[in-house]
Amino acid sequence: MMKSFDRTEVTLLLCIPVLIGLGFILPQWIVNYIQVSLGTGLVAISVMTQMRSGLVSFGQGLFFCIGGYTAGMAGKFLGISDLFLLLFLGALAGLAISFLLGFLLRRYREIFYAMLTLAVSMILFGLLSSTEELGSTDGFNLASPTYLGWSPEGEMARYALYIATCIPALLCALLLHRYLRSPMGFVGEAIRENELRVEYLGTSAHKSVHITYVLAATVSAIGGVLWALALGHVDPEMTNWTTSGQFVFISILSGTGNIISPLFGTFILEIIRVYAVEISPNTWQLMIGSIMLLTIIFLPKGLWSLIQPSSSVVRTTLKKSTKDSKETSS
Amino acid sequence: MKHFLRTGFSFKSTSKKSLFLSLAALSSLGLSSSVMPALADGHKELKIGFVTFLSGGAAGPFGVPARNAAELMIQAINKGTVPAPYNSKGLAGASISPIFVDEASKQKVADYKKLVQKDKVDIVVGYISSGSCKAIAPVAEEAKKFTILFDCGTPQIFEKIVTNPKYVFRTGAHATMDNVAAARYLMARNIDASSIAGINQNYAWGQDSWKDFSQSMKALKPGLKVSTEQFPKIYAGQYGSEISVLLTKKPNVIHSSFWGGDMEAFVLQGSARGVFKRSKVILTTGETATNRLGTQMPDGTIIGARGPHGALAPEGPLNDWFRKAYFDRFGSLPTYPSYKMAQALLGLKTAADKAGKTDQDAIMAALRGSEFDTPSGKVTMALSNGHQAIQDTAYGMYKFDKSTGKSSLVDIQRFKAKCVNPPKGVSSTDWIASNFKGADCK
Repeated sequence: MMKSFDRTEVTLLLCIPVLIGLGFILPQWIVNYIQVSLGTGLVAISVMTQMRSGLVSFGQGLFFCIGGYTAGMAGKFLGISDLFLLLFLGALAGLAISFLLGFLLRRYREIFYAMLTLAVSMILFGLLSSTEELGSTDGFNLASPTYLGWSPEGEMARYALYIATCIPALLCALLLHRYLRSPMGFVGEAIRENELRVEYLGTSAHKSVHITYVLAATVSAIGGVLWALALGHVDPEMTNWTTSGQFVFISILSGTGNIISPLFGTFILEIIRVYAVEISPNTWQLMIGSIMLLTIIFLPKGLWSLIQPSSSVVRTTLKKSTKDSKETSS
Repeated sequence: MKHFLRTGFSFKSTSKKSLFLSLAALSSLGLSSSVMPALADGHKELKIGFVTFLSGGAAGPFGVPARNAAELMIQAINKGTVPAPYNSKGLAGASISPIFVDEASKQKVADYKKLVQKDKVDIVVGYISSGSCKAIAPVAEEAKKFTILFDCGTPQIFEKIVTNPKYVFRTGAHATMDNVAAARYLMARNIDASSIAGINQNYAWGQDSWKDFSQSMKALKPGLKVSTEQFPKIYAGQYGSEISVLLTKKPNVIHSSFWGGDMEAFVLQGSARGVFKRSKVILTTGETATNRLGTQMPDGTIIGARGPHGALAPEGPLNDWFRKAYFDRFGSLPTYPSYKMAQALLGLKTAADKAGKTDQDAIMAALRGSEFDTPSGKVTMALSNGHQAIQDTAYGMYKFDKSTGKSSLVDIQRFKAKCVNPPKGVSSTDWIASNFKGADCK
């Protein structure tokens, strides 16, 4: 059974009990940041998944927001508070919308893909900002979730939501990792390297991009639901380009080598921000900017290269690129 | 490509070390703050977390003036240099030790919980954006932490979100007052308002402001015409097409809740094209620009300050002291966010001194329903079980004196708190719809 899991997957599965355990040991404020980082981290890993295909989404906030607003509106208008149902609805909304948008987006690459995803997310931002029923830019609040009819209170509610965040978040990460390792996932990497050749080999690049886009969107929407429930509030800022830009930033800084890296990177950056604000509330952006700059200069492969500097993936890529450059030069 | 990769790898070992170093640095920071010794010799300290915008678009006009006022007031309260009745040292003898936090954060709730759980603040004072207040209010109630919202405007906080507050207070009046008073000013000054128009930013604040103002006008002057409602994007900066519409529709009165740079841009562009001559313009937050614009603000513009703050503040020793102290320290006169911050801290001081101790429950009990003097006049914690403040307000007309080079507000009209705020237990929209039932304007 265990044989079918690779190291990353085993780590992710082991992380579930470890994270849940940490929830009881660590100070509450850190647990809060772990919880919100898992929500935003899911969006970061979906940005990373697209990056593997050479696609940079500057509008992933769109699905983050769709997830959050779906959960919020389901509670506000339909009175649904069941976490599992909210997760399902959020994922479904993300899936449906991305499936439709995918027909347009799958035809674009590089900067055009980035700009189009950005444009679509900003349309939603504009729409939500002028919708008074949904609180406009102020957004609206969400009620605490229930779990199959069980509605815990106080401390219990906190732990329940934390556990209910950890499990789907890590399972989603596992799913995306599986996808990236699957033949379809490798087609994505092939598209990044040489799309024309992929088409000659008989695979549809459009189809592969479409699937990647839909998967990433669904996972982002789940992230949105989890994040919104942790915060208890949604507002259109979720789909603003600054939010989407942050996800791209996180993916680049943490590195695209492994699915765990953006998840972990989100949390690390969050903690760095917290301390930067604490040390210098007026110029904290300057500190974060410097850290980002240093990371990019000294760790061009992202934070992940600290943990796994000579992983098999990197080694093979290295070998391959050396071979490639030899081939092209000869 | 090869070279690039190799450089990347050669840093491998050093960067690993530097990560450990930085982690060590981080953890030592955590330690140093936790082992900081409690102040000796029985001198008590109250830790207050201040959350305002320290970066982003709202920092310049709101966040920074509020933070400046907080710094000034903390120093003055700790030294006991605020004029009577606030001339005793500290809050019930305890000095204030502040922690400033940037409100411009995506994780507002986690940041709030961090203030409460890690920094162990006794009180949180803050929040300018109504969106932040909406998110924070229920969390504060759940965390059972004394929290003062000092600025945000939406009336929803106690009308919809936390209907039975125990720990959350708001020491400033909510935004309904601004727009009801704007409408009442037009009536009181017999300004022809048979057709009105609005230019407001297309987001919650702009929409709510226009709704309150136009509803109030319809209630006060049945049969008036709304000639146009313009909702440009926030931070648009260019209002050419909106100004054209306002010019062709020729409304008697134009209402705008624009703030900061947007408001100044509208004033500059609109006055150049004669909007201010053709229509009477009422700017509900115009006061923040009066010191800056000088001759560029047309005379006769109706100016509000979201309460009797700044140039609309009533004269008195407290206001004189505050203006002078602020000017001496920061080189500019305080605007309304500064006044609102001072108001929050003086409310806190009144309550703490009355309670005589720094215990959270004691201060909250003393603040509930209390009345206190501020540089902006008297404030009463009258609504929502004594958690929501009301206060008098005022509007005035802008006048620039060329000989002295100074601007002032003339034809100032003051409104009693109960004339422009809903009575206990009535929501703002219901109150306006009922034609201001129970308003006391005598």
